[in-house]
This record gives sequence, C-alpha cells and structure tokens, in this order.
Amino acid sequence: MSIQASLTHNPKRGERAIHWLYRNHIWLFLTLSILVFSLASPYFLTVNNLSNVLTQGAFIGILAVGMTMVMIDGEIDLSVGAILALASALAIGLQDSLGVWPAVMCALLSGAVLGFVNGSVVALSGMHSFVVTLGGLIGIRGLVFVYTGENALMVTNFDYTEYAEIYLGPVSLTAMVFLALAAFFQWILSSTRHGRETYAVGDNIQAAHDAGINVKRHKIINFTICGTMAAIAGILLSMRLGTAEPNAGKIWELWTIIAVVLGGTRLTGGFGSMWKTVGGVLTLAILRNGLRLLNTPNYVELIVMGLVLILALLLDQALSPRTGR
Amino acid sequence: MTLGKQATTAMRRHGLILAFSIFLAIVAVTADSFLTIGNILDVIRQVSITGMIAIGVTFVVITGRLDLSVGSMLTLLTVIVVDQHNSVGPADAIMIVILAGLLLGVINGILVGFMGLNALIVTLAMLSILQGVTLFYSGGSNVNIPNAQSTWFAVFGRGTTFGLPNPAIFFVISAAIASFVLRRTIFGRMIYAIGGNEVASTFSGINAKQTVFWAYVLSGFMTALAAIIMGSRVMGAQNTIGQGYELTVLAGIILGGTSLLGGSGTIWRTVLGIAMLGFIQNGLLLLGFPYYVQWLVTWGVIIVAVWIDLGAKRGRILA
Repeated sequence: MSIQASLTHNPKRGERAIHWLYRNHIWLFLTLSILVFSLASPYFLTVNNLSNVLTQGAFIGILAVGMTMVMIDGEIDLSVGAILALASALAIGLQDSLGVWPAVMCALLSGAVLGFVNGSVVALSGMHSFVVTLGGLIGIRGLVFVYTGENALMVTNFDYTEYAEIYLGPVSLTAMVFLALAAFFQWILSSTRHGRETYAVGDNIQAAHDAGINVKRHKIINFTICGTMAAIAGILLSMRLGTAEPNAGKIWELWTIIAVVLGGTRLTGGFGSMWKTVGGVLTLAILRNGLRLLNTPNYVELIVMGLVLILALLLDQALSPRTGR
Repeated sequence: MTLGKQATTAMRRHGLILAFSIFLAIVAVTADSFLTIGNILDVIRQVSITGMIAIGVTFVVITGRLDLSVGSMLTLLTVIVVDQHNSVGPADAIMIVILAGLLLGVINGILVGFMGLNALIVTLAMLSILQGVTLFYSGGSNVNIPNAQSTWFAVFGRGTTFGLPNPAIFFVISAAIASFVLRRTIFGRMIYAIGGNEVASTFSGINAKQTVFWAYVLSGFMTALAAIIMGSRVMGAQNTIGQGYELTVLAGIILGGTSLLGGSGTIWRTVLGIAMLGFIQNGLLLLGFPYYVQWLVTWGVIIVAVWIDLGAKRGRILA
C-alpha cells in the first residue's frame, strides 16, 4: 500500500519503482533474507557458511537451470527428481564394471535420453507436459528401484568422492558447475537464436510456429537439456555422498519449481531469466540454512517456504501492470 | 458406416478398456487367486481412500485447476483424527476432522478461487505448509489408537456390511452422490462450464470464483472423509502417511481420460482410472513382480492411454 501511496505522490518515479520491483522482486527477497539472518545469527555471514549455502543450493540450482528453460517454453518437467536418482545410481553402480568416467558418461546419457523421451512424447502426442512428466516421475523412480533393487549403492573407489572436495577458494566444484551452467544458459537465452525462440514459443506457440520456428524440435531440445541438467545434479550428488540412494531427489522437483517460480518465471511461459532463477535458488537455500542456524525445528522451514511462495505470487499479482499483460 | 469402420471407432473409444481387459485376462489365467470375490473386494477396499480423494479432486480438475495439496492434507487430517480420537473421543474427532478439512479447502478456495492465484503453485505451497503444520501438530512423533479393538471408530476402515468392506461401500456411495451432483445439478453444470470456457461462463452469469471456491472446499471435505477411513483402517498415523497420494490421485484421474485442461471428465471415469491402477498393482503383485514394477507399468499405461485418447479426439495419432 505504501508503494501505491508513493505512486500518487510522484507518478513517474513511483511507476518506475513498481515496474522495477515487479520484474525483480526476487532480489528484494534475497536481500531481505540475507539481512534478517545476518542480524539474527552471528554464524550466518561467514565465508564458511556462505560457501556451504552455495554448495547445498547448487543441486536444486542445477535442476532449476534446466527447469527454467522448459518453463519459459510454457512446459513443466516433474521427472527431474527421479532422473537425478537414476543418474546418481548409474554413476556409482556402473563404476566397478566400466570405470569411473564411462560410468559418469552413461549416467549423463541416461538423463539426456529420458529428457529426449519426455520431450518427444510431449511434442509428438500433443499431451500436456504435466501429464507426460508425471508419468515419468512415477515410472523413472520405478527404473531406479529396478536397477538398484531397493538398495543404496556404495562407491568402492573413494577417489570418486574426492572430486566433490575440489574447491576454488570457498567455491566448491558443485557450486562452480551450477554457476557456470547458469551463466552459459543465460547466454543461450539472451544471445542465441535458440534462446530467442524459447521466449517466442512460450509466449505464443502459434505465432512462433507461423514465424517458421520448428516448435517440436525446439521443445525436444529443451526437455533434453532439462534431463541432462538433472543427470549432472545426480552425478554431483553421488560424488558428494559416495552413495546412491533409490529415494534420492524425492519431491526435489517441487523445490525446483518453487525456486524457479520465486525467481519470477511464469508457468504460462514466455517470461523469465536464468539470473533470477539463481536468485530464487539462493533465496531458498539461505532460508533453509538460516532457519537451521537459528535452531528452528524442521516444520518452520516447510511453513516459511510455502508462505514465501504464496507471498511471491501475491506480490506478482499486486504489482503486475493491469494494462498490456 | 461399415463394420470395419465401426470396429475402428470402438477400438479408439474403448481401446483402453479393451487393453485393460486383456491384462485382466492374462493375470486371471496365470494367478488363480486373482479373479476371486475376496481379492476383488480387497482391491476395491485398497483403492477406496485414493478414490474418495480423487472424487473431490475431479471437481477441481474439471474446472481446469489442480490440487496438489491433498496428499499433505490427508496426512494432517489423519494425524488429527487419530490424535483427537484419543483425547475427545471418536464422535467429536470426526466432527473436528471434517471441519478441519473444510477449513483447508476454504483456504485453497480463497487463494485460487477468489484471489485468482495460480492453482499449481498455491497448492504446491500448501503441500509444503501442511507438511510443516503436521510436524508441528504431532511434534514429529507417530500417533496411534491404543485400544484398537474396543472402539466403534474401527467401523469405517475395518468393518464390513453384508460381507462388503465398509470403505468400499463409502467409496461407491460417495461416487454415486458426486456423479449425481456433477451431472444433474446446477453446480455440476457450472463446474463443466468454467472448465470449458471460463470467460464465456462468466459472461453467461456464472460466478466462476465462487464455483471454483466450492470445488476446493469439496476436495477438502472428501480428503477429510478419506482421512477418517485411513485413520480407522491403520488405527494410527505417521507423519508421511499421505505422501505421494496427490500424484496417485492425479494419475488415476488422468488414466480415466479426464483432461487437465478442464471441461471434460466424469466421476465414473475417475473411478475406472483409480480401479485400473488398483488392479494393475494387485495383478502385478500376484504375478510375483516386486512392488516397484507397478510404477513402470503405470508410466507406460498413462502415456499410452492419454495418447490414444487425444489421438481419437483429433482423428490422428501424431499432433
């Protein structure tokens, strides 16, 4: 309401402020959460802790990078958590017979193939991606259980877990991969033909088709990217933990969607950016980390997360310009 | 229409039922115990909790919206009914849990219906919030009813009437009432109208916001009934008891051929979809497959079923 008051006081500046806030409320959330936890806990604003936040957030972050591509297309991928589990199981399970790097390649390939399958079914059948990937969420988890036989797989060669301990200053390998992928796909989105087409397809699929974009191939590519990202997250998780648990990544697809939506990407498509997704991922990670530092019980985290999500929706609605969109 | 053409049309329209019948026949031949009255009643009893929830969610889905919060809601409500049973007795516990279910439906309804927020994200947020509230309420520990043998509360989940399991009876009666409401009442027609074309329905004088609101309240109410059956059946509740139900419910609804875009679908299709999931699960277990193989089959069945359904509607298989 105070924002609206300032609008009547000085229309031009107020309008600009609202417009900026409308597009960037995630940075407000991020700043606020950093401020609150810095004041509340002396352990929060330390290099060590922030490095941890970045590493912990990076897994959801890598999933979110792929999810953002798919969601700007106006689609959704619910199967990322299951693909992550399969990739992590394959990366560890195949090591003994194939060697470390071939196993990792197989894991990566499994994600790409499953993403390709999801995308192809969506593009060829015209089914909604929610339905297709809901099926995938259930079925790929089944694949994981068939492969692992319900047991957690343990790594035998512990050199593998050393990769997770590679640090560049305070930044872990996982975090580096996350940031590099985010930067790369931001570049794809803003500076390549594929990126422009992503926004075009998400904004108006008919117009995109009429303008000569191969919509089906385009969607298949983005789903393949999303599956590959999930596999990368799974491989990094298996390096970090040294085990692959068949239930790994359960309901992570939901956290991922929460992070991407917090970052301002619309489920309806045509709108969003990778940097803001990074903002959403970091906000989520900081909330979880900060609340744990404050020794709050687990349920506070769940409730706060849900409330923040609804708040983001409300803010989005309240600030959205009534005209135009 | 020639006989061949008729056959093709029938195949397209009822292909899923045909494929399902073939599956049933294979299982029936291989496993003797499959096609016995006892086993069939068992399956119907097992799916009744999912089915009760699915009935409510079908209303929401026909309006073109989603409810992902029913799984967490089921957990919270089951914990509440079991806990309250121990402190205030069964009758009051049932009252409380129904009120709680209605309240949760009202919250979803206000956020999605009246405030017009995105249904997927709101109910996703509620999924997280209700998980938190459950842990807060239970303090993280499991609750159970110690005197399971001596309470009449057992009648909902464990009792039988004329040899039929009570949960199955509740399920069928709810389905019949819901089907009547959806097909024969003004409320039901408004639900279809909104899902078909929300703008047009608004212009023809339907209060879309209010109707969506009531659809969510109904979803909360049905989840409360399911929680009563669940609590009575298990005589206890863990903090994860309802986890994943939202997805099974949606899978059943989709399998029945209801479009997530809204405007189409019936209760009987939902019941059929849920029953199919139940029989697939039961059949695969009887054939000696481990339980997780049903997930793989569900994946395939969902994709094939919806693809055939869509293909039949547009007259060709590829989009």
